[in-house]
Amino acid sequence: MPIPISIRLQREPFDAAAEAAKLRRGRSDVGAIVTFTGICRGDEAGKKLRAMTLDHYPEMAETEIARHTHEAERRWPLLGVSIVHRYGRIEPGEDIVLVVTAAAHRQDAFAAAEFLMDYLKTRAPFWKQIEYAEGQSGNEMIWIEAKQSDDALAERWRPPSARPEAAE
Amino acid sequence: MKLRYFAWVRERIGKPEEELELPASVATIAELMQWLSRRGEEYAHAFENPKVIRAAIDRNHVKGDTTIAGAREIAFFPPMTGG
Repeated sequence: MPIPISIRLQREPFDAAAEAAKLRRGRSDVGAIVTFTGICRGDEAGKKLRAMTLDHYPEMAETEIARHTHEAERRWPLLGVSIVHRYGRIEPGEDIVLVVTAAAHRQDAFAAAEFLMDYLKTRAPFWKQIEYAEGQSGNEMIWIEAKQSDDALAERWRPPSARPEAAE
Repeated sequence: MKLRYFAWVRERIGKPEEELELPASVATIAELMQWLSRRGEEYAHAFENPKVIRAAIDRNHVKGDTTIAGAREIAFFPPMTGG
């Protein structure tokens, strides 16, 4: 029986508790729900920011996120997944991304949530642009660069035979 | 061929997408980037460091040596910073 999978891309803020509630409502088999929220911090590379704006490739984001939730389903016995990713202008303190996983046991819910976040950081087609606070870098909007540490985190989920032997 | 650009690739080229007729000699993603670079200064600027440009064919990540035959939509963008 297919498990409930919800993937949404939206400008508006989301309600993490409501999304988690949907995955457990009326179920007696869910023993664990992990809810991860990614939040916009007030600083980037040591400088205060006024806002960040997320560009995205909508059609690819949906298919790419769906591909990874199906992969998570294949790897762990999940009972539900909910992902919400915002785009557009986001201010410090606001939510950016939500990953909720439901399973019978906690190890699967934790592992799947971490797996999905590591992939969202590296393969979901979104790009962040920072507007620094006044007096810093003028009013220029700076594109954030992808972090090698995020690539390394995502890489650890790959089976050893699938890992590239050398950098490209 | 429909081409789409995102983030600073779009900013440098100056447009989010375009339809182009590609010559038969352009067979791979890497060759397409080289060909696009020669279209004008803004393209050359966007593709000046091909190693940091990523591509997708019909919404799937692909590498530089992937052939473009049969593609409907090709997108170019910097490494992703979502999540």
